[in-house]
Amino acid sequence: MTTFLGIDYPTWWFLVVGGLFSGYAILDGFDLGAGAWHLFLKKENSRRIALNAIGPVWDGNEVWLVIGGGALFAGFPVLYATLFSAMYIPFMLFLAFLIFRAISIEFRSKEKMLWWRKLWDISYSVSSIMLAVLLGVVLGNVLQGMPLGPDLEFTGHWLQFINFYAILTGITTLALFMMHGAIYLTMKTEGRLFAKLTILVRRATIFFVLMFTITTVYTLIYLPHLSDRFKETPALFIIPLLTFLSIANIPRLVSKKKYRYAFIFSSITVSLSLVLVAIELYPQLLISTADATNSLTIYNTAASDKSLGIMLTMATIGTPLVISYTTFVFWTFRGKVELDEMSY
Amino acid sequence: MNLVINISTEKYRIMDVEILARLQFAFTVAFHYIYPPLSIGLGLLMVIMEGLYLKTRDKDYEKMARFWTKIFALTFGIGVATGIVMEFEFGTNWATYSRYVGDIFGSALAAEGIFAFALESGFLGILLFGWNRVSPRVHFISTIGVWLGSMFSAIWIVIANSWQQTPAGYHIVGQGVEARAEITDFWAMIFNPSSMDRLLHVWIGAFLAGTFLVLSVHAYYLLKNKHVALSKKAFKIALAVATVASLAQLLTGHHSADGVAENQPAKLAALEGHFDTLAPADLYLFGWVDKADQKVYGVKMPGGLSFLIHQDFDEPVIGLNHFPESDRPTALNAIFQFYHLMVAIGVVLIALTLYASFLWWRGKLFDKRWLLWVFVLAVLLPQIGNQVGWYAAEMGRQPWVVYGLLRTSDALSKVVTANQVLFSLILFAFIYTILFVLFLYLLNKKIKAGPEVGEMIEHRPRQAGMGRSSEITPP
Repeated sequence: MTTFLGIDYPTWWFLVVGGLFSGYAILDGFDLGAGAWHLFLKKENSRRIALNAIGPVWDGNEVWLVIGGGALFAGFPVLYATLFSAMYIPFMLFLAFLIFRAISIEFRSKEKMLWWRKLWDISYSVSSIMLAVLLGVVLGNVLQGMPLGPDLEFTGHWLQFINFYAILTGITTLALFMMHGAIYLTMKTEGRLFAKLTILVRRATIFFVLMFTITTVYTLIYLPHLSDRFKETPALFIIPLLTFLSIANIPRLVSKKKYRYAFIFSSITVSLSLVLVAIELYPQLLISTADATNSLTIYNTAASDKSLGIMLTMATIGTPLVISYTTFVFWTFRGKVELDEMSY
Repeated sequence: MNLVINISTEKYRIMDVEILARLQFAFTVAFHYIYPPLSIGLGLLMVIMEGLYLKTRDKDYEKMARFWTKIFALTFGIGVATGIVMEFEFGTNWATYSRYVGDIFGSALAAEGIFAFALESGFLGILLFGWNRVSPRVHFISTIGVWLGSMFSAIWIVIANSWQQTPAGYHIVGQGVEARAEITDFWAMIFNPSSMDRLLHVWIGAFLAGTFLVLSVHAYYLLKNKHVALSKKAFKIALAVATVASLAQLLTGHHSADGVAENQPAKLAALEGHFDTLAPADLYLFGWVDKADQKVYGVKMPGGLSFLIHQDFDEPVIGLNHFPESDRPTALNAIFQFYHLMVAIGVVLIALTLYASFLWWRGKLFDKRWLLWVFVLAVLLPQIGNQVGWYAAEMGRQPWVVYGLLRTSDALSKVVTANQVLFSLILFAFIYTILFVLFLYLLNKKIKAGPEVGEMIEHRPRQAGMGRSSEITPP
């Protein structure tokens, strides 16, 4: 097996995919969070400002999902095939809500009728909430594993994806994005809307801390296989510790009115949560609950080393480019929202 | 007896899933393909318009660039939303296919994500919302970035699709159901026999889609006596590009057909309805394929296909009968009709743009109202051409999903049931109907509003330190 810096190619690609999904969760995470809060904002002008806070970036953020999905397909085609065909219904619903969110953003401000705006506001907010929950449901099911046959195909029924743990991770993901989105909005707003959002940030943080604790405790008790690695390598406990510190830092920064730093720490929290997931799974990707020998790992699902080598070269060239212009775009649109002729 | 019944119901179930899955993929990809070509074509024109503005400082060019940017935003947004569907469907509906081609597709798809999508979406925000936040030069660079991103995205997906038509640079690993293609030579995979011909054909088709939308809208303004000076300028820019593109499309189309003759003889035979292997092949202007009698009724040039392929009217061309029944496409008449419709549209576009260019040269371009009306309606022609061209290309590849290697019927997801596919098919039919209505509604609204409305704020670089305590904007 080919290695680079002592790490084999499938592991490198595992890191790349993880990085891309973190990028997506951080970026579209605040869009979805802002969307989830949409109906809590009562005034028309507040809703428009909240919508335009994500206006210039949401479309670009969504592209991270395309890239992350592509990277998963490219690097681990067997996993992609098994997971996506098994979770057919959840993924189809996810696509439907994704398109509905886009439609709602585009439609909403184009007509002045009250019923019209109300209709699209509800559609926008429900879509955002459902997207966050569905992402969490997929994650919860991946963490639990599912029954796989000797041909590495799913052998269960899709209704089993609706289970207690998946709903728990779904709501936790929603809580995380709502905290993240509320903090993002505080950076983009001023006046009374800003004052209202500072209250929402506090509530969202409490909601998230509560959900995160419940999920962690439940995982430790009912899914003990996920904490095996931490028991093997106690040094890794630094990650959950850092996650808790990062979460604890958010209310402190919020009370000091340092919203930009609070946003950085909520972004760190999002990515650390995914690092936790990665450590819990690695090198497994999808555990078979029927027969452990049928589990999908990064090794039995990976593309060839030749293919991974080509893709890693591309990622090495491309990543600095992507990061530099993404930073440039966010720098250009920093500061408070101003509505103009191009606004939603 | 029992066994026979079991087999037939099993077969029936698979057929069901196959038909539904193909229907869903065809429907979602056909819908998707309305938009990216528009983005690519409009992107090119936006680069030209904005470049002309920077060069001449003529406000009309800036206005038209801004106007088309708004419409670009619409086509781009729908393109992204419907594109994710395609990507997911590889895994959800075509799991066996994904396992089979993953190693090959991987590098193309990774390149698409990193070099194309990220570039496109990164600069999109500035293109759409950055007019007043960055300098005109930086904005121009962003426009070029978005356009190049859209061009790049076509490269990778067309290479991947071309690899399915003419596989190269791979070897097969594993046996039976475990078999899959692995990459052996990256550049041979990229430059597989059909990829460059097809890429050029797709790009130019996209330019035609974009330019004819611009021609249509500005012809409409001229007929309605609105935005006259600006529309004349925009129409001329688009006409120049459209004329070159429609002529170039003839070349790439011909070259592409040569490639099909060489690499996919069964497909070529299906395109022209040529059955008998030992005979010279005719070229049809139009016709009707009678599959049962193995005949085509229509207007033909005897030996024309032989001449196009071999430069000799009497040289035989391999016909459909050369291949076992199970390796031939089945929907012969549909393939024939789609292909001939595409060619006919190509010829009409050449005639139309050449005639208009001739009038332009004589200084009479805008004198004929009927011609402007033709241009208003002609927006549909490249769209139909792009659609039917793809239908012919993909149906002509059947029964293979990867030509000669993997059959479409073997490429499905094993665990997905017909009911699940039916559910998603209905779901997409519903959502895409709303999406299409939205598109037409917003397009109409933007066209009605026109390029003149909306306050034109001067370009001003954003000052550092602004923001926190700055002005509160009224709704």
